Amino acid sequence: MRQSGRDNGSTVGPHPPPEGAPALSVDNLRAYYLTHYFGVEREVRAVDDISLVVRRNEIYGLAGESSCGKTTFLKTVAAAVRPPLSVIGGSVQYAFLDRDLYALNPAKLSAIRWRRLSYITQGSMNVLNPVRRVRESFIDFAYRHMGLKRRPFFAAVNEHLQRLHLAASVLDAYPHELSGGMKQRVTIALATICRPEFIIADEPTTALDVIVQKDVLAMIREAQQQIGSSMLFVTHDMTVHANIADRLGIMYAGRLVEEAPTADIFANPKHPYTAHLVASLPRIGEQSRKESLSGAPPNLANPPSGCRFHPRCPLAMEVCREASPALTTLAPGRRVACYAASPLVKPSPTAERVAGATHRAERVGLVQ
Amino acid sequence: MLRILKDLFRYNREFSLGAILILLVVAISLASFLSPYPSGMQYVVPFDAPPSWDHPFGTNSRGQDVFWQLTFAIRNSLLFGTAVALLSRLIAIVVGLTSGYVGGMVDSVLMSINDTFVVFPPFPILVLVYFIFKDHMSWALLAVAMACLGWAYDARLIRSMALSLRTREFTTQSLFSGMSTGQILAEEHLPYVLPIVFATTMNNINWSIGLEVTLSVIGFTNIDTPTIGTMIYWANQHTALVAGVWWWIAFPVGLVIITFVGLYLLSVSMNEYIDPRSRLSGMGGAA
Amino acid sequence: MSGNLLEVERLTKRFAIGGLFGRGRFNAVDDVSFKVDAGQPQILAIIGESGSGKTTLARMILNTLAPTSGAIRFRGQDLLGVRGRKRRLDFMREVQPILQNPYEAFNPLKRVDRYLYASATRLAGAKSQKARDEAVNDALQKVGLSLTEVKGRFPHELSGGQLQRTAIARALISSPALIVADEPVSMVDASLRMSIVNLFGRLRDELRVSILYITHDLATAYYVSDRVIIIQKGKVVETGPAREVLIHPQHPYSVLLKESVLSPDDVGQGAWEGERPRPPSQTA
Repeated sequence: MRQSGRDNGSTVGPHPPPEGAPALSVDNLRAYYLTHYFGVEREVRAVDDISLVVRRNEIYGLAGESSCGKTTFLKTVAAAVRPPLSVIGGSVQYAFLDRDLYALNPAKLSAIRWRRLSYITQGSMNVLNPVRRVRESFIDFAYRHMGLKRRPFFAAVNEHLQRLHLAASVLDAYPHELSGGMKQRVTIALATICRPEFIIADEPTTALDVIVQKDVLAMIREAQQQIGSSMLFVTHDMTVHANIADRLGIMYAGRLVEEAPTADIFANPKHPYTAHLVASLPRIGEQSRKESLSGAPPNLANPPSGCRFHPRCPLAMEVCREASPALTTLAPGRRVACYAASPLVKPSPTAERVAGATHRAERVGLVQ
Repeated sequence: MLRILKDLFRYNREFSLGAILILLVVAISLASFLSPYPSGMQYVVPFDAPPSWDHPFGTNSRGQDVFWQLTFAIRNSLLFGTAVALLSRLIAIVVGLTSGYVGGMVDSVLMSINDTFVVFPPFPILVLVYFIFKDHMSWALLAVAMACLGWAYDARLIRSMALSLRTREFTTQSLFSGMSTGQILAEEHLPYVLPIVFATTMNNINWSIGLEVTLSVIGFTNIDTPTIGTMIYWANQHTALVAGVWWWIAFPVGLVIITFVGLYLLSVSMNEYIDPRSRLSGMGGAA
Repeated sequence: MSGNLLEVERLTKRFAIGGLFGRGRFNAVDDVSFKVDAGQPQILAIIGESGSGKTTLARMILNTLAPTSGAIRFRGQDLLGVRGRKRRLDFMREVQPILQNPYEAFNPLKRVDRYLYASATRLAGAKSQKARDEAVNDALQKVGLSLTEVKGRFPHELSGGQLQRTAIARALISSPALIVADEPVSMVDASLRMSIVNLFGRLRDELRVSILYITHDLATAYYVSDRVIIIQKGKVVETGPAREVLIHPQHPYSVLLKESVLSPDDVGQGAWEGERPRPPSQTA
């Protein structure tokens, strides 16, 4: 199996050692949407007690279906939190910062954006100004951050484009002259020009066609390896994760339910939800019938008790209904939150407390 | 709907102030039903008496009580404005929705008519209408004429919304559920344009009352119907300001300003409420 | 009387593209021909990338867009003859769409059941409230839902999977012979995707409905369809039995498409390290 070489940490080069130094540490992060509409108070627990570490020089994949909170999680680690979203608790620590992300003042925050922390999204090609040449976008976004004179700046830009196999002539094109895949490539170049320590990618290839998607993924991978940064890569598409992520975290209903090296997730998923995600992937040339999951994803404004997956889980037991399982380390680099996966998994003390606290805030009524 | 209004009243200051002003104006117009003097009657009270306990807004040179005269005038002006607005909204909705949804030839024809009306200057045309009908000029006729001139801008606005509604997937769903064109327009698309229609209604009432006042002041309407405009017309005829009968002009002008401000505030707060995103999340969509 | 349910013959749709100086034209659908046999229900996958003209093709088959040239015949009758309300309703009884985005497919301001009831009344001819309830409930049962789950609900109260299944149920009320599904799973989450695709298989096998499955996803097309048509820039480049075409594609474009499909079996990073460096490319 391919992963065996990585597990004993003997690989060199771009593959990170399993115990690489953390680039991003998230501890017990909770971020809720708190809304008041005409007096009705609502609370949506989109990120509920998530802890994870992204190591230096690795791509950490985060998978989960829509409205499982993965985009909200990205917003909180990118400090892009705006009402009605608010961070309730927990910490976000980047290795390149001397303090918690939320202890920074706005000026410091905008100084690290782009320079050290970069963001690529599904619609990020929209950052290219439609009425100006691509060159101007590079000037707008990177010139100030690079602190170079005009000539060395463009020399650096050209060198960077070359590194990513983009022709220098794209600088003279208008965005509408470029295809969707090309625009996404240009934005990736734009996002990596300052050699940021950390890159956050939110479904960067979802809007692209199949043929282009593969090339863009390859480019993201290459850019990340060349500048040696760490990346948090979010998509709902498991096949994309299989092809790009070093480690994979699976989110369900605002919680992290499993985390392991990508190959382990696909070869031996522990959580029934992960197992379902992996088993339901259709493959060309394979005839077997793919079963679908019953039920619907939970409403985060009113999630089920205990393990949030239990109403749809084929292995659900009595305890699953009562108490939420803690994300437990079963082996180095392998965490699972499922009682059925191992007897080591115990109810989560923090989650219970959270559930109790939110119960009070759950009341819906007119404020006055 | 009632709850929305209640919430708007409670949380939106523009709306509450506007609503209070308009309620005040409506209350004054309703008071006309209690008037001790019929509206057309002259020489029922002493001339040119300044405001007093007996005649709170004074009396005018035609022997009428200004307060009671004003209740009739504002009632007619409001009714007039509402009639014009409703009539022109109806045309705008029908033309806009049909044009946007049906498209093709229908769209081209309707929009060229629409554009013709957009460039028509309303004021000279209304003066022309007055000269054609002269003595037959009535309240209703003027309302119809103004409605015909006041729909074109909003029909274009509604059409542009209908164009995007047509490409929404639920329109295809409705079509293939066997719904008729009329049903799709009235039940699927109309709810989307209604908030905008409400907001433009307020503006349209303002526009028509203002235009009516202008026409009346120079005497190009039926001057026997008391409206805010004709009150000012008669006051001018009797050179009220020169004669020092200021209350004959000041109270109608003050009241029409209150009406304008009230309607404007309502329209502004409606605009705020229309933003469909906040509306949808208000309806309970999670995040 | 031909034995074809649907016959598309040399279908072309030309669009004018704007521009201040002269008008460009391009063929969104270019000389496309295929047939769907009436005797044997089947799932026909139409595969192409965005901009390949597959949605334009779907709209023409649904008779909401007129072709520039060529013909579409449904049960031998040219769609140009489907004019007027009565004929259109007759056509809709037989041909129904399933749309791409389940969250968009129902008016967010309206209750979901109104579409179900409208179909039952106008298309299935249910007269009484009882008959309507029955028709709607029957259709919902077929997709694994029930009337009590859907009745009186607004779209935002249902999940994406429920909405998409409700949309399929609505299409089934009039017992159509053909369903045109335009990217029905591209907006549906992974865990629900297979439930929709499996449902298509059941509709074909149990209800004998033919389905035009328009998609860019080769893996699900392989999984569920009987035949495939691969289109590139409006032109059919390859057609044939699904298994054969997708395992051994002949046309260079089909080969490229297949090679571009990411496989979950490529686990382990850097799957493409051998492919680089590529020559610098500009506008694609």
